[in-house]
This record gives sequence, structure tokens and C-alpha cells, in this order.
Amino acid sequence: MISDLLSVTVLIGILASGIRLATPYLYAAIGETFGQKSGVLNLGVEGQMLLGSFAAFYVTFKTGNLWLGLLTAMLVGALMGLAMAYVTVNLHAQQGISGIGFYLFGLGMSELLFQSLMGSVETIQGFPKVHIPFLSDIPGIGEIFFSQNALVYGAYLLVPLAWFVLNKTTLGLKIRAVGENPDAADSLGVSVARVRYFTIILGGTLSGIAGASLSIALLNVFQQGMTSGQGFIAVALVYFGAWRPVGVLGGALLFSLVNSLQLWIQVLGIPIPSDIAVMMPYVLTILVLVATVSRVRAPSALSKPFERED
Amino acid sequence: MRTRLSTLFDALLPVLATLAALAVGAVMLLIMGVNPIEAYAAMWDGAFGSGNAFAETLVKATPLLLVALGICISFRGDVINIGGEGQMIIGAVLATWIGLTLTNWPGWLVITLSLLTGFVGGAIWGGIPGLLKAYFNVNEILSTVMMNAIAVQLMNFLLRGPMIDPSQAERASKIPQTARLIEEFHLARLVPTRLHAGALIAVALAVLVYILLWRTTWGYRIRAVGQNPHASRYAGIKVSRYMVLALLLSGAFAGLAGAVQVFGVNYRMITDGSASGFTGGAGFNGIVAALFGQLHPIWSIPASILFGALLVGANKMQRMTQVPSALVTVLNGLVVIFVVSSEIWRRRRQRRRMAVAGPEETPPPPVEKKPQQAEAGA
Repeated sequence: MISDLLSVTVLIGILASGIRLATPYLYAAIGETFGQKSGVLNLGVEGQMLLGSFAAFYVTFKTGNLWLGLLTAMLVGALMGLAMAYVTVNLHAQQGISGIGFYLFGLGMSELLFQSLMGSVETIQGFPKVHIPFLSDIPGIGEIFFSQNALVYGAYLLVPLAWFVLNKTTLGLKIRAVGENPDAADSLGVSVARVRYFTIILGGTLSGIAGASLSIALLNVFQQGMTSGQGFIAVALVYFGAWRPVGVLGGALLFSLVNSLQLWIQVLGIPIPSDIAVMMPYVLTILVLVATVSRVRAPSALSKPFERED
Repeated sequence: MRTRLSTLFDALLPVLATLAALAVGAVMLLIMGVNPIEAYAAMWDGAFGSGNAFAETLVKATPLLLVALGICISFRGDVINIGGEGQMIIGAVLATWIGLTLTNWPGWLVITLSLLTGFVGGAIWGGIPGLLKAYFNVNEILSTVMMNAIAVQLMNFLLRGPMIDPSQAERASKIPQTARLIEEFHLARLVPTRLHAGALIAVALAVLVYILLWRTTWGYRIRAVGQNPHASRYAGIKVSRYMVLALLLSGAFAGLAGAVQVFGVNYRMITDGSASGFTGGAGFNGIVAALFGQLHPIWSIPASILFGALLVGANKMQRMTQVPSALVTVLNGLVVIFVVSSEIWRRRRQRRRMAVAGPEETPPPPVEKKPQQAEAGA
């Protein structure tokens, strides 16, 4: 049975679903990277994802318009980001704890809305696969990389885009300055508050897309608590990736490939208890955090509220 | 007089935050077409309406209080433990195992041993992230979240395999649950309701945690490290050791909460595959209760009762008005957000007070008071 794992079709299946499963992590973790680069730890990602996930599903279910669903999820995520920004930037609330508040809010709110607006689990037609001409015909590679849906492609395009914005633009410079030394940035005329508002709202928007990618692109259902901790893992992936988009990509791929492997192990009936298999990605994440984190340094002002000294 | 008034105001901040959350909840109820007064009345009635209802509230409050006590320790030490769910599970699993293994032993001994085992189990599950933080610089928020996920799968594995109820193992249904603890091992009921001795244990421990934090060297050092790690290191405190200790103790109380839940309420473990299926979300809601109690063990007692009441009341509200009980999760989230947001007023007033009264009122640790003094002079 172990040899089943090594057959070409299975390997292609594992890789293709690994690539696909990384989608929500990429959106959420890239969004979180922007926030943390500017010195804000947003622990409410899970809540933003859940609410985004429900919003996208409900709107799509009612209107049949996937893009409208996606847009609603972005809006919901952005609004939660706005609230988070007000609480952390203006009210200087402790970020880790307020994040837990936003998590509970999103968790409860998505369940409340689901029960009062829908009540039962429904399914929809999610984003269809888009076969990229020619490239998708390459054997193996085509199926793995070029026969995915639009949100999957978007997630991977986001990585170089985020790298470019963070490292090659004035905006990115401001974000990094605000995260490393807000006092200095402030004295040079950069508005710490405005930059952080921007990154937190951007993070919320991307978390909304992350949630939507689950409910209208990957699984095409909404269930209560369906993100099952993925938002928290996305936060971990930012540390894991040492606050670099490429590192985040590596972490997300590693995590989702191990996850995909574990799913296929179950499908093929290989005698490893499924609970133990499900556990593996988490154990692996801790081990990799141990191996990597001590060598890189977090943004200096991470999770510290900025108070202007008058 | 002025200071007393503003101390009173500080103490009232969480109450104001709750009222604000309830007000937002009322708006949501209105939007849903439900009369908020009716819904909240049903909630009150469900939580306090009868002796039985109040007993249920206390039963729900017990694990919240135990988790909250641990949170008081860890947050005071500036380590954020959100692994309460996993720590509860590990504590419960180990305690259940003792209870199912030592069936020939006297009841009091097994109960004591099991609760202690739960305590130790939680301590291990909290201690691992502590060690990872202290010696490998791994953020404890992340490691505790991962440890939650691992604990859930461990529980599912054990309840489906090695620890499954032998009678279930023979049946086709194979419900993932352990055998039931024998009668002698159940925690004593206090009154003819479901209220059990665990509630008393929790209250007694609240006093102990108060003593630990404010009357012992350990507690003093944990708080000093939490307030200013640099100054503490300068003062010769081994900072990493006290971080580990804070997380370890924090986990221990959550583990005990899990054990108490099994021996006082369920008498067996059963899983629906998720963490909250066993914990009822107490690992998270305990954080809410602790924050509400201003991270003070004694104030955490009424805070836990309040959130226990919300949970029990929500069920009644759902029956009476068809409003999903998830509303309470929303309210809990809002309370957390409002409480941490309102901290700013307290800090501002404290600073103003210091500017008037000089730095005597600053908290105990021997830290440099540079910023405050600068302001007092200004």
C-alpha cells in the first residue's frame, strides 16, 4: 500500500491538492505579513476568515454571482480590519488580546448569521477550474500548476506582488519603517497611524478572501467553524516565513503539502490512524518554528502600540 | 477622595464594557426582529431564575474560573497562553485514564490522584510552549495554538482506539467515548443539583493563586518579569525560568479544569472531533473571564459566574426566542474588545494621578521609573 503513494497519478494528486490547499493560508498570511511588518499583530485572522467565508457563501448562494460573493467577503474583512485598526491604533489596546476578541466575534457572528439566515448546510458551484492554454497540457505539471481555479492563481500572484510592494516601493519602505522604528518614522513625517490603518485593513481584506477561498472555491460549502484554526496557522506561517512573502510561500506550501499527503494517506487506506496523520502538519510547524525562529528577528515594534511623545 | 472615586471607576470599567456589549447585542436582536428585553429576560431567567438554574450557572462557571486562574498567572507574567483548550483536554485524558485504571483503589485517593494528574498533564502541555519560548524564542501564542490542535487529535485517537469504551468497541457504532467512571469516583454533589465539589476547589484555588501572586517570591518574580523583563534581568531574576513557570502553572490550572469537568460533570470523555465538543470553549472563555476580572484571581470568581450565566442563559434564550446561542460568543468577543480598549482611560488617569501624587503609587517591582518620573517632573 505504501507503494501506492509513489505512483505517478497519486503523486500528481498530492501535489495538485497541496498547491490548492495553500490558497487560504497564502491570502491570510500575506495579509498578516503586511500588518506585522508595520508592527501590528492581528490575532483575529481566524474570525475575519470565518465571517468572510460565510459572507461569500451566503451572497453567492443567494445571487449566484461568485464575484459579488468574493467582493462581500473582502468588504466584511476590511470592515473588521477597520475596527481592529481603531482599537489597536487609536485606543492602544493590547493586540494579542483584542485579536482574541475579534476571533470570538467572528466565530460567534458567522454561526449566528448562518443559523438565522440559512439553518442548513447547502452546496454551491464554486469558482471553476481555469485551464491555462498550452501550459495545462503539459503532462503532470499542467495538472498540478495550471488547472486550478482563479482564486488559487490569485494567491500565488500575490506573493511576488507583496514582495515588490514591501521591498521596492515607498509605501513598503514606510511600512517597514513604521514597524521597525515608529518614532523615527514619525519624526520624518510618516503618519504611523495612517500606515497601520492601511496594513490592518489590507490584512482584513485578504483574510476575507482567504475565508471566501474556502467556501466558494475549494470546498464550496459553509459550515460552522469551517476554518478550523487555519487563521491561527496563517499567523504562525508569518513567523515561520521570517516576515518575507517568499518565506511565507514556503511555509504555506510545506504545511499544505504535508496536509495533502495526510489526506491521501487516508484515502488510500494506509494503516496510520487518521488522527495521528492530521496531527503531523502541526507537529511539523512547531519543529520548523524551533529550527528557524531563533535565527530571525521580528519587526522591532511588533505588537507595541505607538504613542506620540508630545 | 478623588483617588478613591477613580479607583471605583477603574473597577467599573469592565461592567461598563459589558453593558456596551449588551447594548450592541440589543441592536443585533432588534435587527433580527426580536425584542431585546424579552431575550435578555429569558437569559436572566435561564441563568438565575431558580435554584437549579443558578446551580447550572455555577457548574458552567467552574471550568471558566479554573482556566481564568491560570490566565491570571500567565498574563501577569506577560506570556499569552491561548492553549487552554488543549491543556484542558490533556489534563482530562490523563485524569480519566487514572480513574479507569485504578478501579480497586479507594474513591478519595483516586479522585485526588486524578485531579493531581490532570494538573500535571496541563502543566506539561503548557510547559512545552514555555520551554520553546524561553530557549528557542518560539512565540507562545503560536505554539499554544498548535498544541491545541495536537491535543484534539491525540484525544480523538485515544478515544477511538486505546481508550474506547470496551462495550462501544464491540458495537458497530463505535461511539468515540471512554467507559464511565464508577460511582465512587464521582466528585461529591453539593446540593441536590448538578453542582459539584469542583466549584469549591476552584474558589479555594482562587485564594491560593492570590496568595501565590502577591505573597510569595515566585509570584512577585512572575509579575516583575511581566512588567519589565529587562529590569528584572538586571535585578538578577532568571527571566526565562519565570516565563516557563508562568506558562506551566497556567496550563496546570487548565488541565485541572479538564479533569474536574470529567469527574464532576460528564463522568467520561466523549469527542465530536473538535476541541469545543469537550471543553465547551472554556479554554477561550476563561481568558475572557480573567480579563474581565482584571487578571485578579478573586475578581475572576464573579467574572466567571457572569460568563457562566451568559452561557447557561443563552440556551434558555434560544429555546424561548429562537435566537441562536452563538449570540453569546459574539457578546464575549465584544466584551474582550471593549475591556482591552477601555484600558486606555485607566492608563491615562493613572498617569495623571502619578503626576499629582508622585511615583509612590507605582506597582511593586524594582523597575526604573524613567518615563513616569520624567512626566511627573514636567
